[in-house]
Amino acid sequence: MSTTKPSSPLDRSAVIDRYFMEHRAKIIDVAAFLDRVERAASATGDPLAGLDDFRLRSLRAAIEVLLDGQSERARRILELLSDPGEAAIERAPMKGATGAWDGFEGGEHRSEADREASP
Amino acid sequence: MNYIDPHVHMVSRTTDDYERMALAGCVAITEPAFWAGFDRSSPQGFFDYFSVLTDTEPKRAAQYGIAHHTWLCINPKEAEDPGFAREVIDIIPEFLDRPNVLGIGEIGLNKNSRNELEILEAHLELAAQRDLMVLVHTPHLEDKLKGTRMIMRTIAAAIRNQSRLDPGRILIDHVEEHTVREVLDGGFWAGMTLYPDTKCTPQRAADIFEMHGTERIWINSAGDWGPSDPLAVPKCREEMRRRGHLAETIRKVSFENPREFLSQSGRFRTEVQPTR
Repeated sequence: MSTTKPSSPLDRSAVIDRYFMEHRAKIIDVAAFLDRVERAASATGDPLAGLDDFRLRSLRAAIEVLLDGQSERARRILELLSDPGEAAIERAPMKGATGAWDGFEGGEHRSEADREASP
Repeated sequence: MNYIDPHVHMVSRTTDDYERMALAGCVAITEPAFWAGFDRSSPQGFFDYFSVLTDTEPKRAAQYGIAHHTWLCINPKEAEDPGFAREVIDIIPEFLDRPNVLGIGEIGLNKNSRNELEILEAHLELAAQRDLMVLVHTPHLEDKLKGTRMIMRTIAAAIRNQSRLDPGRILIDHVEEHTVREVLDGGFWAGMTLYPDTKCTPQRAADIFEMHGTERIWINSAGDWGPSDPLAVPKCREEMRRRGHLAETIRKVSFENPREFLSQSGRFRTEVQPTR
């Protein structure tokens, strides 16, 4: 487990006391969502169809970040959910966004800072 | 304690929201031009929209003692047709001398396309020519990191080409944990938008202040026609208060910082101007 420089006016036990219930509810929501996806009928008849959706792959990878013991989890999950490219695309395919990069195959993108900090 | 909401789309909100914001201590707002939820069919549609932003909304806000300001542009969601977008940009100068216009915004990128980039550059050129401040929209969700970097590279290239753009007069909005550091390190101002699901929550915004400091950064509600909360700024202030942040720190991020940045326009006021 990494430790980061204290920067909150609250001490650790106060943070846990204040925010635990809210985040208990959120992680159960995640679990219930994954259960709901599994219970839903396949649109194609293939029982595995949809379970490899890029959004689910991204969510599973994000859950791994929660458990890796390293700090700056929010930044790293946002990077994992991001398009890592640099060049402009030819045309906008739509106005909205899906919340995850559709090219995600697995693993964690590394930021410029991470790249500089490691070989 | 008074506060400023420096990014809120009141054209999409009811008059009741003005009242609730005033009751919560809001004294001034800025309203960037944005996507109305549908594509406008002609430049005349934007002429009417700019009239609302520079005439109708200031009057509506003044009824509740809120000083209203605006930024003008064609937003990146309607920039995929560059010819149409340039027709809209051509009518912006007609409105720039109106007293509540602070600059060009919210320009930027949406899906990071070539056409969006071309229109971003056209807006930046207009801002540089007229020595105007700029409010930048960064893309949503998976497109934000790439788009934020493209925008900063585009501005840096313009500055290298002798543009009068100054990062200290440009605010890059909708930053989150993965973009805030690069924006601040680039010398820009940064805005955090407080949304229920798709941007920062008040709790995460307070975390970002704790991790990245309170210099050149503000919070806004970006209240609009989608899931959003026009009282998000006072809710973030309350979150900071409950954590034990000093009153002066809370005032800095919700009043002093936006006032400092916006006052560079020479037009920003925290009091409603008397009308004849």
